[in-house]
Amino acid sequence: MSKAIKKVIAEFLSEEAKVNKDIVVLCSDSRGSGALDPYAEEHSGQFVEVGIAEQNLVGISAGLASAGKRPFAVSPASFLSTRSMEQAKVDVAYSHTNVKLIGISGGVSYGALGMTHHSATDIATMGSIPGLRVYFPSDQYLAEALMKEFVSDSEPAYIRIGRNAVEDVYADGKLDFTMDKAVTVQDGTELTIIACGELVYEAKKAAETLAAEGKSVRVLDMYCLKPLDTEAVLKAAKETKAILTVEEHSPYGGLGAMVAQLTAAEYPTKVRSLTLPDAPVVTGNSADIFHHYGLDAEGIVKAAKELL
Amino acid sequence: MDLRAKAIDIRKDIVTLIHHAGTGHIGGDLSVTDILVDLYYKQMNVGPDKVDDPDRDRFVLSKGHCVEALYTILADKGFFSKEELQSYSQYLSKFIGHPNNKIAGIEVNSGSLGHGLSIAIGMALAAKMDNRPYRTYVVLGDGECDEGSVWEGAMAGPQYGLDNLTVFVDRNRLQISGTTEDVMAQDSAEARWASFGWNVLSIPGNDMDAIDAAVDLAKRTKGKPTVIIANTTKGCGVSFMENQAGWHHKVPTADQVAAAIQELDERKAAL
Repeated sequence: MSKAIKKVIAEFLSEEAKVNKDIVVLCSDSRGSGALDPYAEEHSGQFVEVGIAEQNLVGISAGLASAGKRPFAVSPASFLSTRSMEQAKVDVAYSHTNVKLIGISGGVSYGALGMTHHSATDIATMGSIPGLRVYFPSDQYLAEALMKEFVSDSEPAYIRIGRNAVEDVYADGKLDFTMDKAVTVQDGTELTIIACGELVYEAKKAAETLAAEGKSVRVLDMYCLKPLDTEAVLKAAKETKAILTVEEHSPYGGLGAMVAQLTAAEYPTKVRSLTLPDAPVVTGNSADIFHHYGLDAEGIVKAAKELL
Repeated sequence: MDLRAKAIDIRKDIVTLIHHAGTGHIGGDLSVTDILVDLYYKQMNVGPDKVDDPDRDRFVLSKGHCVEALYTILADKGFFSKEELQSYSQYLSKFIGHPNNKIAGIEVNSGSLGHGLSIAIGMALAAKMDNRPYRTYVVLGDGECDEGSVWEGAMAGPQYGLDNLTVFVDRNRLQISGTTEDVMAQDSAEARWASFGWNVLSIPGNDMDAIDAAVDLAKRTKGKPTVIIANTTKGCGVSFMENQAGWHHKVPTADQVAAAIQELDERKAAL
């Protein structure tokens, strides 16, 4: 099965808003792209349209949170993580307002629309803000588990999701979720693949291909980029021979960089990172782009074999 | 309480605090003092016993660099002690050079210009959603209105019909590099805000009676937010600082503090 994570989030908020009148969803002319039409119709009193104004979106969200509301600001990740980065830094993280920033259509999921619409630096930018957590859910079940936390916890966070339907990583009931702990998608002894977001599914497929060839590969879903599950990374460093990281992000300041920094200091291990380039990506849809840069299952298998 | 006398006492404390700390934005502090005195000593429902009261009025000092004026008033109102405030800007002090909500009485952190109006809109929206009676006040600098984000907020306030929101623009006509009109002209500020759909009041911004009347009028205006263009004098109350861009963040010497206090005392005696 597959489902767009934005729909999971919108449906979850629609249900939650019925019982929690402090939930407010805001968007920046992104109601359709956030799959928010049903929410907006059902909960017009808990919905705020700010127009194409991301700075205002985040500032208003911070003011609502300061007055006791639980705002969810939904806006394309490319704009939310750069145009309104200062509001995220000052009004949300520094002022410690409980705003959840939902970056939709993230990574390269706008495909051929080009670099203006891609968010390939948001782990680095949003993760560098003191007090701001960063999450990249991999599928509908992981996203729902995160949303259950977000409607009751008291800390701000940035969440990046893609635009398109994503294949399930966890079939119904198969997700063993503990907040801020990486999920072991598959255990293994020879190599660990650590992935985040949509690419966890590609990592899982790659591990299945490798298993068929007799290779034992561990796959970790590192949906929690900040706080990073350092324990799971170091366990992988100690128990498997190498680590391969996979992310829909630039080479700088992302998952691979954090894993390398951690292991270099605590348990030196060979780490190789598969990332988007430090350049505008080629024209194509997400699948084309992933394939071009070796981020799909085929590319992950190839990189894994070089490490094994 | 004689608010004009209070404003003079606050000015004396501001000048003394900045000299003691060796840092501060004295020109803007003195231009905004009368607005803050009217809000804190007459108009707003706030106090040290109400910092968590959901119905307290909300205040955002968007021109956060004028924090010395706000700190001085909060100390005088008993949110914290005047002795504590003596650590302002010193090593490990909790009193930093811009508003911080770890300090009792400060709602949100500000200082990066162009943020406060949007935050205040969120606060005012929350009051509407929850049918709460509190009002939200925000003070912008006129130089601050160079920031594009101010105008995102200026569009949104009337869109949401936020008649529980009152904005002051501290129109002292000077910013760090010179006059606002030379740096980035904004006359007529009144016409600009009116064209965005605001109820616009333009007043002599260091005239306590005018400020108080404008705040009352804003409270009675329904269906849209009010912006009060407060035509102030930067450095107001200390003649050698008045209308001097150089006093944006200059620190007075001991002799200058003595002269300032003498002049302020004379003004108080003449009330």
